[in-house]
Amino acid sequence: MASTAHEEHGHGHDHGGDHHHHEEHFVSKYIFSQDHKMIGKQFLMTAVFMGVVAMLLSILFRIQLAWPGESSDFLSFFLGEQWAPNGVLKEDMYLGLVTIHGTIMVFFLLTGGLSGTFSNILIPLQLGARDMASGFLNMLSFWFFFASSLIMLGSLFIETGPAMAGWTIYPPLSALPQAVSGSGLGMTLWLISMVIFIAGSLIGSLNYIVTVLNLRTKGMTMTRMPLTIWAFFVTAILGVLSFPVLLSAALLLTMDRLAGTSFYLSDIVVGSEMLANHGGSPILYQHLFWFLGHPEVYIVLLPALGLSSEIIATNSRKPIFGYKAMIGSILAIGFLSFIVWGHHMFITGMNPFLGSVFVFTTLLIAIPSAVKVFNYITTLWRGSLVLTPAMLFAIGLVSTFISGGVTGIILADSALDIALHDTYFVVAHFHIVMGMSAVFGMFAGVYHWFPKMFGRMMNTRLGYVHFWITIIGAYGVFFPMHFVGLAGAPRRYYDSTVYNEFDQDTFAMIMDLNVIITIFAIFAALGQLLFLFNFFYSIYRGPKAPQNPWDSTTLEWTTPVEHLHGNWPGALPEVHRWPYDYSKPGSDVDFIPQNVPLAKGEEEH
Amino acid sequence: MEKLIILIVIILGAIALAQLIRVYELSSKLRKSGEHEINNKDNHINGLLMFVFMILTFVGFFYLMLKYGWTGRGTAASTQGVETDWLLNLNFIIILIAYFITNFLLFYFSYKYVRKPGVKAYFYPHNNKLEMIWTIVPAIVLAVIIILGLKSWTKITSPAEADAIRIELFAKQYDWTARYAGLDNELGKYDYKLTTDNNELALITSNTIDSSIAIMSKEILSLTKLLNNRDTILNDSVIVVRKNTLSVKERLFRLVTQIKENHDKKADAAVWDDIIQKDTLYLCKGENYEFNLRARDVLHSAYFPHFRIQMNAVPGMTTRMKLTPNMTTEQMRAEKNNPNFNFVLMCNKICGGAHYKMKMIVVVKDKASYKKWMAQKNKETFKMKYFPAAAEIATPKDSLIIKPLI
Repeated sequence: MASTAHEEHGHGHDHGGDHHHHEEHFVSKYIFSQDHKMIGKQFLMTAVFMGVVAMLLSILFRIQLAWPGESSDFLSFFLGEQWAPNGVLKEDMYLGLVTIHGTIMVFFLLTGGLSGTFSNILIPLQLGARDMASGFLNMLSFWFFFASSLIMLGSLFIETGPAMAGWTIYPPLSALPQAVSGSGLGMTLWLISMVIFIAGSLIGSLNYIVTVLNLRTKGMTMTRMPLTIWAFFVTAILGVLSFPVLLSAALLLTMDRLAGTSFYLSDIVVGSEMLANHGGSPILYQHLFWFLGHPEVYIVLLPALGLSSEIIATNSRKPIFGYKAMIGSILAIGFLSFIVWGHHMFITGMNPFLGSVFVFTTLLIAIPSAVKVFNYITTLWRGSLVLTPAMLFAIGLVSTFISGGVTGIILADSALDIALHDTYFVVAHFHIVMGMSAVFGMFAGVYHWFPKMFGRMMNTRLGYVHFWITIIGAYGVFFPMHFVGLAGAPRRYYDSTVYNEFDQDTFAMIMDLNVIITIFAIFAALGQLLFLFNFFYSIYRGPKAPQNPWDSTTLEWTTPVEHLHGNWPGALPEVHRWPYDYSKPGSDVDFIPQNVPLAKGEEEH
Repeated sequence: MEKLIILIVIILGAIALAQLIRVYELSSKLRKSGEHEINNKDNHINGLLMFVFMILTFVGFFYLMLKYGWTGRGTAASTQGVETDWLLNLNFIIILIAYFITNFLLFYFSYKYVRKPGVKAYFYPHNNKLEMIWTIVPAIVLAVIIILGLKSWTKITSPAEADAIRIELFAKQYDWTARYAGLDNELGKYDYKLTTDNNELALITSNTIDSSIAIMSKEILSLTKLLNNRDTILNDSVIVVRKNTLSVKERLFRLVTQIKENHDKKADAAVWDDIIQKDTLYLCKGENYEFNLRARDVLHSAYFPHFRIQMNAVPGMTTRMKLTPNMTTEQMRAEKNNPNFNFVLMCNKICGGAHYKMKMIVVVKDKASYKKWMAQKNKETFKMKYFPAAAEIATPKDSLIIKPLI
């Protein structure tokens, strides 16, 4: 029954317009493509590659943390004699690995990969647009992203090593090559890479905003947009407003490094060298950085939440509960994310009163987040759940969003942050709430929209195995890590065995847990090989995708399986209803696509 | 060779997997079900696994909690820490309730409402009353958290009591130095430009200014000589670097001479009686402390895990925090049943390669033994240790100042 319904809707427009299939050149089709679907795939491929690199880096330093000082063939294989003499990681390189792992994961995988991929693929398709507002700028946005990825990767291979000041690159450490070797050329490359990245991200975001505002098809009002689009839209706005601030932070840092200015430097004696810089403030950098840094968390999270909203509704065969409240909470989170950055700086020497204000605003953000969680749960309630791999990942996302979110309440409380700041508790918190949630959202999106991207299906069984390995690995890594943090272990420590010198009980606890964490991390990393295999295998050999594999209501499933430039062969579809008419009473089928007119006497939800 | 074998194994593994998938796909083609059609069995198994997974995480959590004793933090050893831990425990209970309820509902629903033949999903787009409830309830709970949190925060960050003992913690790559304020309980002033080997903390006295000036003049002189010497051949880039160094040194020199002009000798006394303490920081149980924090090169963070206090040390500015230890090292050793235990001050802001080694052992004594230690220490003031002859050279000789040649 369901399949006949979508056949009709899917092909309803096939004969409306003229088909002009022109053969595209290889270069313009695959490389300098201006087609949003191809650009989306380019983002995805690049991000997946970057993600694999960043994951590998994390395994390298996890080995050091679990078995400090022990020789490892794995380390010497990847790092060689220079950075891992006799298979033991060097202190400086440990910091380099941590820094580049964080940078790649946050910016290249979760910003470029998540928002870049899915905004590109879904915005025009779900809005009923032929393409992005500017195909050329869209292409440019990818190529900036690609160039910045190359530079960031390249910085791993230089003699003085990559940036080593942590992904937040706080000066003065990041400004003084005398302080750590990675603050030489490595830092310069980091800054160049990020400047290019920001330029690409800005161009992309502006394009998304313009497309959402102007290119919606007839009948697609703002309140009929799928929640994915709302999420991408707000994400793009956050990006446009906050990334320029990071650019200015990076620019001032570059000036301090190269032009002898003193924006962040004051009264410094490094080694035995006395600097004349006076009057700058490292705190200024932190304000600028976190003015991006906090919205960045939501730049990463919102697209994942948007994707999961869509996937959970579709696979529960139910409308998303509280559609308007979901939009409201996306907007509220977006707004609040701009006035909470100070919670990263409670103990930096910022005025404690200012800290109190940030406690208040930060904890407010828990309210829209809680609303979202409850709405997801209510959407599942009395649904008819189809547990596709995408659905499992989406539910996994809600779980990690809760588990990581609640510990955020502790860290947002400045009095408690004093004791927990910069410990592994923080690491566990943001990896679960931001890292895992966003990665789960990304996997969910890939499994769900793979048929749309490549016209083929991924293997479901492998998808299941991948999901279970990933979620067990994720919780196995980050659950115990909370305890490492609560015990007091500082993050970014090359070797926690220093605890043995003063607190032997805690030392034993930290080391036990570190081994468990590393084993789970390796387990989870190996599980990702299944995904990579499934992904690339299915691109070439997967079974052909049907028109609307998940019986979904949104417009992207009305486009032909074979991609064509302009998306719809005929006229653009017209939208008559909201995107969540699943299991609507009075309807024979359990989903009614958006382009189906209201039946006689039918009310819009 | 080993690597080659590993590579071959990996490739063979991938091929084997591909073949398995192929077989699976052929069989599902025979059954005429596509990858998008999830059969009831798969659906049910995954639903069940969701529930089992939830139970496993819950059990795992309780296991860790029992094994390490609630949060695994041990007893807090300061009055500030006791307050923080109380608040932390309260918040922990609140978030655990939220965590267990929501995760339970999420996984239970994923299990219970798995598609069953003939059961249609319930069309339930919204319910304003419900949504109001779960907006308002979290808001009320958060209000409680915020109020209690801010109360503690204001208390912990408020100015120290007038009688608080003042100590400066000075951070540099990769060690800590403590400076006790001495008998007058006043920390003498400092200026980073006066940093010399004999005056690492760059304290300002007439003598330290003069010795800085002397050293700087000497350096400037030798650099100028080098640059002006026609017999030495330097390549261009070296000359540029040396000239830059020279101009920086001259600028600093001028600034130091300004310090000298503005220096009031009466301020010397506050510096002379300060006590510089390395390796171990001694504190007294029950005393109020006011720490001033200073960093010489990059950001550091003074982190006392057992006292539950922490504050960044920032180059170019002073930060502060207070502490009242309420347990001696001996008491904590007895409680932990570990004679080797010690309190510690760690660096908790990434500061370079050996960041993880940057620490200072902290010993909290009871009043009597602290007094005894302090009485000894009061004989080792900054003056006695570093400028024992200060009184004699208090009036600087003008000949020490050498005008740099340009």
